[in-house]
Amino acid sequence: MAKTIAEKIFDAHEVDRPFPDVRVLRLDRVFCHEITTPTAIDDLIRRGKDRVFDPDKIKAVIDHVSPAKDEKTALQGKILRDWARRHGIKDFFDIGSNGVCHALFPEKGFIRPGFTVIMGDSHTCTHGAFGAFAAGVGTTDLEVGILKGVCAFRSPKSMRINLVGHPPKGVFAKDIILGVIGKIGVNGATDRVIEFHGPVISAMSMESRMTLCNMAVEAGATSGICQPDETTVEYLWPFIKGEYSSRKKALEDFSQWKSDPDAAYEQVIDFDVSTLEPLVTFGYKPDQVKPVREMEGTRVDQVYIGSCTNGRYEDLDEAASVLKGKKIHPNIRGILAPATPDVFRKAVETGIIKIFLDAGFCVTNPTCGACLGMSNGVLAPGEVCASTTNRNFNGRMGKGGMIHLMSPATAAATAIAGVITNSPLYTK
Amino acid sequence: MKPFGGNVLFLDRSDINTDEIIPAKYLTEISKEALKPHLLEDLKLEGFEVSRDLKDKSAIVTRKNFGCGSSREHAPWALEVNGIHIVVAENFARIFRQNMFNCGMLAVELPGETIDELFRIFGTSETVVEVDFENDRLTFSNGKTTKTYSYQLSPFDKTLVKAGGWVEYADAKY
Repeated sequence: MAKTIAEKIFDAHEVDRPFPDVRVLRLDRVFCHEITTPTAIDDLIRRGKDRVFDPDKIKAVIDHVSPAKDEKTALQGKILRDWARRHGIKDFFDIGSNGVCHALFPEKGFIRPGFTVIMGDSHTCTHGAFGAFAAGVGTTDLEVGILKGVCAFRSPKSMRINLVGHPPKGVFAKDIILGVIGKIGVNGATDRVIEFHGPVISAMSMESRMTLCNMAVEAGATSGICQPDETTVEYLWPFIKGEYSSRKKALEDFSQWKSDPDAAYEQVIDFDVSTLEPLVTFGYKPDQVKPVREMEGTRVDQVYIGSCTNGRYEDLDEAASVLKGKKIHPNIRGILAPATPDVFRKAVETGIIKIFLDAGFCVTNPTCGACLGMSNGVLAPGEVCASTTNRNFNGRMGKGGMIHLMSPATAAATAIAGVITNSPLYTK
Repeated sequence: MKPFGGNVLFLDRSDINTDEIIPAKYLTEISKEALKPHLLEDLKLEGFEVSRDLKDKSAIVTRKNFGCGSSREHAPWALEVNGIHIVVAENFARIFRQNMFNCGMLAVELPGETIDELFRIFGTSETVVEVDFENDRLTFSNGKTTKTYSYQLSPFDKTLVKAGGWVEYADAKY
């Protein structure tokens, strides 16, 4: 019978089917950060079960508030740090090596096509860019994952989004995913896996695929998935060259994790990116999307470039190409948070950080920080932020603040103009 | 098993997200009890006053996609420490729904027409819901009108509620 990639991954990982619609899966990776894991650790200790199923399959990072901003965040970090040391979790990332989890873990080569991944973080769907089934879970699922290496899911239903055409100048992965969410709605993919297909994906870098899959959850999806291809192999090659005699062999192996051509989907959507414009959100839900030109002139106080959506090198490069040789508007507070130390280092080496600094941006260390209103750029009531993050929820970046989601290029152009502006204005 | 039912809070909006249920700035709390005063603090809903409307409520009736957004289990916990163990909606975001059952709480889905009817008949009056867990029935009453509705729970969800949550179940089995 023809299967989707999610069905193939489920079949290969099933350890139990306690009820017809419930699949208990063996986990290849359990990722942990300091916000949702400490409660799980505390509960395991309280139950007398302070154990981990496999320290090599657990990866942990302090990323949401780092360096700690107060006693409470310091304690959360300490609980995670002590736990990682206690259980011999060698892939633990602290100050100096830490970065935003969904940018850091792929960069370290922790994901493979066909993997099952959970984390106590809704944007875990990002890792589906590698052809994995990666899902955000709550603390209880995380706790069982840590202890037993399993997680229960309903049998996967998939929807297929075929991305066709050529994106016009100024249109990036962020605009495409905002366009998709605007079309299907914040509830449009609930309990489903979104598969991204088509020539647009084939031409996309892994970074852009991660941007797409990162926001699948904003349409309610369990995971976003791209099929593994040459680009996937190339990205992973430094980590897998000991396992395969050639890239071709790796691709052959990875190709088992592709949907069959005649697999059944709940829904198939064709989405032509050729007519897409740069997009921006206008309300408090990620599906409230308009062309940037319709929002032009909207007042902005802060521009934030970073996060697990758009804090990778490609994103910084895209923004820098707009900012180069220019100054940001005096009314704007520009904040750049490179997502990982490697992104930061490369951006220093290539001169991108200098472009940001010369333009008047403040550059922070890698952290989730302002994206969820925890540190490094929280808004005052009535303030507006043009942001490359993934959520414009009411109060997300600070009570009474307003967030407009957009691509790094649009954010950079907005920083220069002081109001929401189309990036092609500055890239001619 | 937790007690289910009591005074109903009607939230007439779809897509209420977990940031609205419990803002991220409180995720630095390790104890669930500390979340108590902050439930629904950032809810964007016309006419809603948290201190007035939340008082003595033990159940929520709302529209579509309740609990979308972040995976934070702090959202069900914030409900739990306020004595709200059941949410009734047309549907839920996946992670929130799973978190509810994983905590031994009830996330009950009813058809859109039923939710419409609940808002029409009971939405503006003081209403109590009784939960008959064994027979999968909810009875709403506002003193004038009493209506009973059947709902469906998957056997797995029901098992989790009875077991007290997923940790208990998984630990015994895997």
